[in-house]
Amino acid sequence: MDWLQILSNTGSSILSPATLAYALAALGLAVHFGYAGLLNMGIAGFMAIGAYGYAISILTFGFPWWGGVLVGLVGAVIFALILGIPTLRLRGDYLAIVTIAAAEVLRLLFLTTAFDEVTGSADGLSGYHSSFRDANPIPQGTYGFGPWEYNETQWWVRIMGIITLAFAILLVWSLMRSPWGRVLKGIREDEDAVRALGKNVFSYKLQALIIGGVIAAAGGIVYALPSAISPGVYVTSLTFFVWTALLLGGAATVFGPVIGAVIFWVIQTLLSNVLPAMVQAGVLPFMSSIQAQTLRFVLVGVALMLIVIFRPQGILGNKKELTFVK
Amino acid sequence: MAPAADRPTRHRVRIVTGVLATAIAAMALFAASPAYADEVDTDTYPYRVSGNVQLDGNPLEDVELTVDGNGITTVVETDAEGQWAVGVPERNVSYSVTLNEDTLPEGIAVVDETSETPNVREAAVGAGGRVTVNFFIGEGERNVTSFFDQFVQRLVNGLNFGLMLGLAAIGLSLVFGTTGISNFAHAEMVTFGAVMTLMFSTLFGFEIWLAIPLAVVMGAAAGWGLDAGLWRPLRKKGVGIVQLMIVSIGLSLTARYVFQFFIGGGTIQLPGADAPKIPLFGVVSLSVIDMASMGLSIVVILVFAWWLLFTRLGKATRAVSDNPSLAAASGIDVDRVVRVVWVVAATLASLSGVLWAYFRPGIKWDMGAQILLLVFAAVTLGGLGTAFGALIGSIIVGMLVEVSSLWIPADLKYVGALGVLIIVLLFRPQGILGRRERIG
Repeated sequence: MDWLQILSNTGSSILSPATLAYALAALGLAVHFGYAGLLNMGIAGFMAIGAYGYAISILTFGFPWWGGVLVGLVGAVIFALILGIPTLRLRGDYLAIVTIAAAEVLRLLFLTTAFDEVTGSADGLSGYHSSFRDANPIPQGTYGFGPWEYNETQWWVRIMGIITLAFAILLVWSLMRSPWGRVLKGIREDEDAVRALGKNVFSYKLQALIIGGVIAAAGGIVYALPSAISPGVYVTSLTFFVWTALLLGGAATVFGPVIGAVIFWVIQTLLSNVLPAMVQAGVLPFMSSIQAQTLRFVLVGVALMLIVIFRPQGILGNKKELTFVK
Repeated sequence: MAPAADRPTRHRVRIVTGVLATAIAAMALFAASPAYADEVDTDTYPYRVSGNVQLDGNPLEDVELTVDGNGITTVVETDAEGQWAVGVPERNVSYSVTLNEDTLPEGIAVVDETSETPNVREAAVGAGGRVTVNFFIGEGERNVTSFFDQFVQRLVNGLNFGLMLGLAAIGLSLVFGTTGISNFAHAEMVTFGAVMTLMFSTLFGFEIWLAIPLAVVMGAAAGWGLDAGLWRPLRKKGVGIVQLMIVSIGLSLTARYVFQFFIGGGTIQLPGADAPKIPLFGVVSLSVIDMASMGLSIVVILVFAWWLLFTRLGKATRAVSDNPSLAAASGIDVDRVVRVVWVVAATLASLSGVLWAYFRPGIKWDMGAQILLLVFAAVTLGGLGTAFGALIGSIIVGMLVEVSSLWIPADLKYVGALGVLIIVLLFRPQGILGRRERIG
């Protein structure tokens, strides 16, 4: 086994666009679930809206990259409104079913051949990078050290991802210590009590759904920045993986989602390198290397169950903050 | 479909492109074909079905074709060269290729004197994994099955699909009613039934009529085991509903990838999945498997209804579903009832999985997850927590999915059902048979 290569790949995953995208999506989900108590199981839908909004507005309508970003984020606001207005009055588990269904509807609409010219159907979209890459101020070359050695385009994607993430963290952090955030946490703890104080609970929930959705859509855009968009990514498994990252770090925290996403991807990358290597070295004789790749997703499922049962507050969380733990 | 005698004589069939089914010939053709044909899923799946739609040697663009079978329904349109290709997951099996005649130019149709339905062809993918399907296109009357006939055929298919969904939905609804869990892992119980049938029939070599009951028994055992090993300890621990829902998601992910670990990412057929269709009445034709599936569903549902309505345990189940505390105070052993509910739910789900494996057709690691949302839609439509509501909801959803594909593209047929889910929640969130207080 080439441990050096494995460790290098694993270290590199800390800064990968996928990690940044998961961190953003998990942060959006923290606003939904951790702070507002909304069981959103359609986070993959918000990410798909961001990614497709960005790529379609560039490819079909010839927008510049920042125009594409705006379209992606506005798309998430509209999706949140469509989703929230009928369902936010319902009980939590209804919201879970509706959001997961809405995300699937969205994915099927992106997948169908009926809109092939715009969405690329099963092939997805690619070739929308020129505007974003032209805006890159970094001169050509390779920078960095050790596992974190990237060329100017790779750095540009990562830097923009980190800036977005930092901005989102700042936004969530300042929102949650504002009076608005306290009302939101109050709704999570006891909706009726907050309503009795004269607050419009529905409006607060809708605002939280929009803010979290926009952050998740930004995650979707970051996910789409380095290469291409494939509809096979935005399946329910993506939602469940983001949930795992969130609960791992801590649902009602600002930095928990980020730490959760980093740990999720570091372990995923490590396992995806180590398990096939172990198969090749004959340590795991009873499986093929394809099976070894499947094994790591089995472990995600097991990890999700164990976290929720034994440490539902996650690494950073405070158990008192979690009303979903009865 | 439409009687051949009614069709006017076709004249001037100007171009006849042959069907080549031998792998070698198909490969040779492919070597010569340009690479820019409209290709769908050709990167996803190893094998391919392709063709060329031409009229008098002139390519026809934007003609829509649907490749159906072995778990895939793919819609493709021809490119400027009249070419199309679809990636398919299996070889040594047949796919049906349907050319949508509405997308042909005016006055042009698929013409073939030898076939009742010239616009539908079977494409047998051989050992080479590639096949070319071409249609005989010329001037002539289109092969139109009357709208009513199509509607009836879809309705019957939808009933079959709905009964199968119902078996899964009843269990999901019962579990929700008695424990409050939205059990996302229910889909994996569906897959479990199919995978167990595969294990007994293919791996152990049992006859299929023996393999299916054994698989259902294994399903019941799995339901018992999950309750004893996971859900009961969590109930004792006093874990909250939302936590339990997330645990079920973790369980669903785990089970789904365990299935993939053992059976791989492809689609595997059960014996008898290619049974021929027998014309019954009008245009309705069903295979023996379809009829057995519907008969079995109806018998099982009737037995279940009798159990729920007239036996002691059934009454206790309804009591717990109505109000667990009151049921406990009346001397009902709630824990035992919940155990029974998990076993019944798992049993019905595994049976539904076997039927789903024949309906799709084929066994795949995520086959349960493909219908999970339809099952949720059915349960919500009928009323969360009500067993008979779930059944009614399933039949409506099943028929809606099948019938709606008369108007909307085949790859969007699930969207209609999920749309219904959202509309139901807007106007009658408690569903057809549900009670208002459940919705919170």
